Amino acid sequence: MVQAAIAAPALVAVLLAAGGRWLPRPLVDAVATGTVLAVTVLLGAVLAAALRHPVVAWLGGWRPRGGVSAGIPLVADPMAAGLALLVAVLTLAALVFSWRYLVEVQAIYHALMLLFTAAMCAFVLTGDLFDAFVFFELMSVIAYVLTGYKAEEPRTVHGALNFGVINSLGAYVTLMGIGLLYARTGQLGFAAMGARLPGQDHRLVTVAFALVCTGFLVKAAAVPFHFWLADAHAVAPTPVCVLFSGVMVELGVYAVARTYWATFAGAVPGAGPALASLGVVTALLGGVMCVLQRHVKRLLAYSTVSHVGVILLGVAALDHASLAGAAYYLLGHAGVKSALFIAAGTLLNRFETLDERELHGRGRRMRVPGAVFLIGGLGLAGMPPSGLWAGKSLMDEAAERAGWWWAAPVGVVASALTAGAVLRVWLRVFRGVGPSGEGTDEHEDTETGPRMSRLPWTMLAPAIVLAGGAVVLGLITGLIHGVSHAAGLFVDQRGYVAAVLSGGAWHAASEPLHPWTAAGVIGGAAGVVLAVPVAVLGLRRPAPRLLRPAVDRLRAAHSGHVGEYAAWLTAGVALFGLLLFTA
Amino acid sequence: MSHRARFAVFVIGVAGLAVLYVLAAFRLPDFGGRFHPYGERAVTSAIAERTKNVVSSVNFDQRAFDTVGEELILFASALGAVVLLRTVRREREEEAGEHGYGPADVFDALRLTGYALLPVTLLIGVYIVAHGHLSPGGGFQGGVVLGTALHLLYLTGDYPALDRLRPVPAFEAGEALAAGVFVILGLAGAGLVIPMNAMVGLEVGCAIVLVLTKFFEQALLVRTDEAGKGEGT
Amino acid sequence: MSHLPYLAAGWILLAGIFGMVTSRNLVHVVVCLSVTQSATYVLLLTIGYRKGGTAPVFSDIKPTGKVVDPVVQAMALTDIVVNATVTALLLALAVQVAKRRGTIDPDQLRPLE
Repeated sequence: MVQAAIAAPALVAVLLAAGGRWLPRPLVDAVATGTVLAVTVLLGAVLAAALRHPVVAWLGGWRPRGGVSAGIPLVADPMAAGLALLVAVLTLAALVFSWRYLVEVQAIYHALMLLFTAAMCAFVLTGDLFDAFVFFELMSVIAYVLTGYKAEEPRTVHGALNFGVINSLGAYVTLMGIGLLYARTGQLGFAAMGARLPGQDHRLVTVAFALVCTGFLVKAAAVPFHFWLADAHAVAPTPVCVLFSGVMVELGVYAVARTYWATFAGAVPGAGPALASLGVVTALLGGVMCVLQRHVKRLLAYSTVSHVGVILLGVAALDHASLAGAAYYLLGHAGVKSALFIAAGTLLNRFETLDERELHGRGRRMRVPGAVFLIGGLGLAGMPPSGLWAGKSLMDEAAERAGWWWAAPVGVVASALTAGAVLRVWLRVFRGVGPSGEGTDEHEDTETGPRMSRLPWTMLAPAIVLAGGAVVLGLITGLIHGVSHAAGLFVDQRGYVAAVLSGGAWHAASEPLHPWTAAGVIGGAAGVVLAVPVAVLGLRRPAPRLLRPAVDRLRAAHSGHVGEYAAWLTAGVALFGLLLFTA
Repeated sequence: MSHRARFAVFVIGVAGLAVLYVLAAFRLPDFGGRFHPYGERAVTSAIAERTKNVVSSVNFDQRAFDTVGEELILFASALGAVVLLRTVRREREEEAGEHGYGPADVFDALRLTGYALLPVTLLIGVYIVAHGHLSPGGGFQGGVVLGTALHLLYLTGDYPALDRLRPVPAFEAGEALAAGVFVILGLAGAGLVIPMNAMVGLEVGCAIVLVLTKFFEQALLVRTDEAGKGEGT
Repeated sequence: MSHLPYLAAGWILLAGIFGMVTSRNLVHVVVCLSVTQSATYVLLLTIGYRKGGTAPVFSDIKPTGKVVDPVVQAMALTDIVVNATVTALLLALAVQVAKRRGTIDPDQLRPLE
């Protein structure tokens, strides 16, 4: 059953690539959407099964004998199955959005989207580290192509190239780490390696962890591995951005968490503080860069950087309650950010530009996208009962218990900055507040061929559903319980190893978690209250003189120079390693 | 960022990375040592399955799922080459024969050698694919030979002949179907080393031809219209 | 001296990154990227080496013969295919950058903002 969720989209992709050129476009759309719908249902069933007992499938029947196997397992615990389901749901939204979109190149776009789904599902579900590398690469290769899809635009191909080079470099560093682990443990499965790590040399294990995490942290856009993200998101087609920001980037954090708990748990004492340091810097720098942008997609991209930093911080507490919070935050963020990207896509379709100042006041009549930006901004600010708020509340509570008093304020600042920037866009574009700006005269492709007379419902419905769903997530108690159960299983290394290698029981005791705490509500309110001045001050043209040199320097650092990004990546690995050893 | 600043960041990073790596490298087992538990298991399993080439057994049987991912990477990147190197609005594509890309004025000896080598190379490619379960080689290696064989025609200076010999839609379909069959075999079956080798050979051969086709077109046939030339810097 | 081969792999990785950082040509950057990946081949194969071992193909040796680790060889094979395809794609992007921007010197490319 689990295999089918990977095989089905891959097979339909293959058929579409082979025969799609002779099919009419609506049929291609219907086939692709129908396939993803089927995968969604299938993964729903897998999730239901996994909630009763995690599903382990050894491919090709290479079941372990005596605790070792020569094969590769797929492991669908509730966290993995849930994440795969999220992938399918977002792909569904992206495909519905693209019905009237991207009228070019046979059916290759659809084939690539389906392959992308298959790749992300396989990456999430695999129980083998080298296999994870392979599917990481598959995911990345498809992502490069999708980013560069509008190959006639100079910024597009440049952004895609930067993305490709930096991501691949990260992946190769990961492979070096896999090599070190293989040499020492003689295994490749998460569980098999995890069972043999205790008692290994501490230095080797720490370095291996640093190297293995590098590729995943590049994907997760943790500072200083984050440079590619804005370059790629700003130029990728809108439906692709939905998948990138909604789930692909977050899969990097998932991979770090999975590698840690399935394999390294307890063997790398510095992991928590090191990941937390990266998380804090990422959350804050992403927020600041977000405020500084005027290209709407680029702004949303930096907001993703910031929020992924918060998720990383949640994972770094290395505690099941905090992990549950991070997962919930991820869910809420996926809904809100996807909706925002879709709304930005409708702006691009209308006005052939995404420059915030040029769009000044021009969105007054676009009620649905305007509402999405408002709701999205409030959701990012952490307004209760949004999913981001509920997740943040759970994370803060766990951080408090761990003595990390600074985690809650960092989250509030990140929310306020990113939400303030989004609300500023809402005020300026959809309300016409603030001085009107001069244009840059750089026009982008509308992504639909001729401009549409009115926006079709297929472009708006996914945004409404996703944003609407995300802002009430905090009310769904059953889902919060499900996620905390999933997190409880996720952090239980012994259970994971037993379930994978000997079919043993995998139960985790998890107390029910409640986001409705006084501190949580206050934190959410603080985010909203602080976002307002960020938005209003942002409408004023110049940055205060005092800050200008720092701002200029920050902008200059995000230069689009691929060699520079590579240098930062190297420095990032060194820094992460140093943190692991000293923290 | 200035060159010097970039280099400074790099030097710091590289120094740190080097220290980390050396720390780890000296804790690895000695080079050439005897500790290979997974390798020994793979050998035992391959012999039990009667696959004499253990690497093929690992690739196509024991860890076939890795190869499924890898095949899909190949498939996706061929699609990617088609997408990224397509003729876009501001460009037009010329016919292969239009610009005198051959048959070029080359020595007859060169042309004859190319024509003579073509069938031999194809045969060797098929041989390498077909014997992948027994001897070194297999679908990947053989596929590369098959894919490059056609390009001997280009080396003889006859681009139009190459163009005639590779109907792109057929290669696209062939590649896609090979990838599809491979996914089914890889996820459903076990112990199917021979058919999987064949599929990989087909897929690799087609993918190489497709990707190279796109690069050839960019280099030889696609012209940017002067009026709409991309914004320079 | 028995760790020298591992260090060689690390050296190749750093050399590749050095090339990427200092390069003035995007095609060169892509090729340097495959140099960094070569480091992974070297590392994998050195890890799998066994003194006195031969290729893990049993068509002309006894099943009890001493062979090197076949798993790393399979991994390296996968790795090579990944490298070839990624390189092809990135070169395709470099071709398009050259066409659209008129230069492939990263220093000359305008920032993406």
